[in-house]
Amino acid sequence: MSDFRALDGNQAVAEAMRQINPDVVAAYPITPQTEAVQVFSQFVADGEVDTEFVTVESEHSAMSACVGAGAAGARVMTCTSSAGLALMWEITYIAASMRLPMVMMVANRALSGPINIHCDHADSMGTRDNGWIQIYSENPQEAYDNMIQAVRIAEHADVTLPVMVMQDGFITSHSVERVEVFDDAAVSGFVGPYAANFQLLGASRPLTFGALDFYDYYFEHKRQQVEAFSHATEAVLEVAADFNCRFGRDYGLFQAYRLDDAEVAVVVLSSTAGTAKVVVDDLRAQGIRAGLLKPRVFRPFPAAEIVRALSHVKAIAVMDRSTSFGSMMGAGPLFLETAAAFHVLGRAPQIPMVGYVFGLGGRDISPPDLEGVYHDLLAVADSGDVGDPLRYLGVRG
Amino acid sequence: MPEPKGWKELPIGGIIDSPGSARDLETGAWRARRPIVDKDKCTSCLQCWMFCPDMAVVVQADKMRGFDLYHCKGCGICAKICPADAIAMVAEAEAGTEGEGG
Amino acid sequence: MVTQTETPTRLTLRELAKKPDRLTSGHRMCPGCAAPLVVKQVLMAIDEPVVVVCATGCLEVATTIFPQTAWNVPFIHNAFENAAATASGVEAAYRSLVRQGKIEDDNTRIVVFGGDGSSYDIGLQSLSGAMERGHRLLYVCYDNNAYMNTGIQRSSATPVGANTTTSPVGKVQAGKKGARKDLTAIMAAHGIPYVAQASPHNWRDLMQKVRKATAIDGPSFINVLASCNRGWRHDPADTIEIQRLGVDSCLWPLYEVEDGVYRVTYRPKVKVPVSDYLASQGRFGHLLQPANQYIIEALQADVDRRWERLLRMAGEV
Repeated sequence: MSDFRALDGNQAVAEAMRQINPDVVAAYPITPQTEAVQVFSQFVADGEVDTEFVTVESEHSAMSACVGAGAAGARVMTCTSSAGLALMWEITYIAASMRLPMVMMVANRALSGPINIHCDHADSMGTRDNGWIQIYSENPQEAYDNMIQAVRIAEHADVTLPVMVMQDGFITSHSVERVEVFDDAAVSGFVGPYAANFQLLGASRPLTFGALDFYDYYFEHKRQQVEAFSHATEAVLEVAADFNCRFGRDYGLFQAYRLDDAEVAVVVLSSTAGTAKVVVDDLRAQGIRAGLLKPRVFRPFPAAEIVRALSHVKAIAVMDRSTSFGSMMGAGPLFLETAAAFHVLGRAPQIPMVGYVFGLGGRDISPPDLEGVYHDLLAVADSGDVGDPLRYLGVRG
Repeated sequence: MPEPKGWKELPIGGIIDSPGSARDLETGAWRARRPIVDKDKCTSCLQCWMFCPDMAVVVQADKMRGFDLYHCKGCGICAKICPADAIAMVAEAEAGTEGEGG
Repeated sequence: MVTQTETPTRLTLRELAKKPDRLTSGHRMCPGCAAPLVVKQVLMAIDEPVVVVCATGCLEVATTIFPQTAWNVPFIHNAFENAAATASGVEAAYRSLVRQGKIEDDNTRIVVFGGDGSSYDIGLQSLSGAMERGHRLLYVCYDNNAYMNTGIQRSSATPVGANTTTSPVGKVQAGKKGARKDLTAIMAAHGIPYVAQASPHNWRDLMQKVRKATAIDGPSFINVLASCNRGWRHDPADTIEIQRLGVDSCLWPLYEVEDGVYRVTYRPKVKVPVSDYLASQGRFGHLLQPANQYIIEALQADVDRRWERLLRMAGEV
């Protein structure tokens, strides 16, 4: 039987971790993830988990200890944000290359400098090429649900890759919402026991992890990682189907909200999508055929599926809460990947696409801002002219 | 050395699952000089075995039997430290097959 | 956790020679390198199963070139600055999995190897963190006094006056300026149960220290002088003799700190002048010039001061 509780995103994630009961957690506090680690620490102190909790002295050591524990054969989880993720960047690449199926919550926060503790996606976007599966959560319920599914996705036999589960720092991590918490046995039944494919401890034969590759093997090892991603999409859907079966909530690669008959659509990640849904409803009430596509899985990027879902639309806005400095037009990663998807997989005629950068460093985005985007799109759809292809929302000057 | 495997055949994660496979490498080909032991002087004190960085001194039934020339790099530590002065370093070019089968 | 094996292998060469190689031949360390001697002796001293965690450096690079490995024991290399953190994770996994009955407690000992580069410098933070947290692991630093694998660059373990590629001898500089860090003292200051210095020329002393260390249910650290004949510029055959000079000159005293109590485990019968040690290696060759005599004098004074202090702390004066 489920329980409905008032939890913020951090508490929801900590609760999921408690129920998953990983063998090892190695974590370091950083705003706005800190509370998740603190709540989990209390579970450890109260003997509510079997987890060996390593209070490391930096995030670099957190991910390093996670790699050691994962290679040893343990089920491993951790959390971080922003500078913490940046500090462990080196080791996240190694964790993925060693094919260690660990799960990490990232409470999205801007990168220094200047130092800023508020939400944007620079941190997780900065690691998008590191070989981790990346899943974005709109609200505390999704953060909870995604952590649980992430364990199965990571450990899936055709995948064995680490998974990052994102939630917006402060906006989601610190906002209390009504969260459905499943029964402990149901969650542990869903994730099941963990059996590592290869491990340092209790193995039949001594293994060497982290060998040196010269130019005669490195490329092949990287190609194997790419192959794992080609199975990840299926694994995500398989796990989601089982999750829906047991818990009655349907997840996919993205959420399509009133998109089927939409004329104008916005593509946006995470909590802003929640605001956008309200705006979509308001516009629909006015007779405007607005729709929303909220990507859930950013890695592997569901290119074909996104193109298919948007093919009928007359104008698309792709909104990024981070920027890729020096990119074409200063566009963000979501725009760049969506544009590439349409270029390779889309059919003529090309659908006008406008990029937006918003919300950096926690700059708020409001319903009127999003309404403005939809009205921009209506104008673009009408004229067929994109106009300014990259626009900023909410920056002064 | 066999042909390097393709990405579909290699174990994933960069893992090496054949412990001690380095033994296949003929580090003995590096040598410029090789150790020759005078079995009459050797007391099987086994210090050469302890101080060989390449585990290339062969010991069987408590006796020093000779050198593993497939791996011996010719560093000369054994000759230097032998308390019985039983080991000499001889240039590879002059050694012929001396010391092989140790 | 279960303690030491009941009947450990006797520390005689005959008995030890019966043990299978944990580090095999076929590795690509330089001829005469002391690092494989350190590894060989450390792993030989331990009868229990081991897991080896290794930092990036000569040892790791030369023993695990894919697809070959010279390791006959479970081994993990992660990155350069995090061997101790990685080992903390392995240790946490061991504790957790044993406690939950997921694996058997077979007395597996976790041994970490890092060079002076990864231990004194880039990895000092992760080493300090691991020691403070009290993990059951033995950290062995093989100290060859510089970043050797990348081509002999100075580290904070490089002795004063040494010629390295980033502290070279030039028109206005006579090698490395300033004294080296005392990592052994830093580890002792962490208050961990066991800290020691050793050298592979005195294998019995080294192995006894390893056994003491691995018997402890907590962290231990052993700093081992390990010559690099390329970087120190000496004939590979002289490795053992040079190790002995390092110890007999009291530049690298053999001692241990057990629960804060200092003990000198070897006192040279004849204390050799530091200049003998310096004269044995090309990296100090320039110090033999009269203009650089002051550096040798300063170094001798420093060695003498530290040796006297060590004897006092060990209650031996």
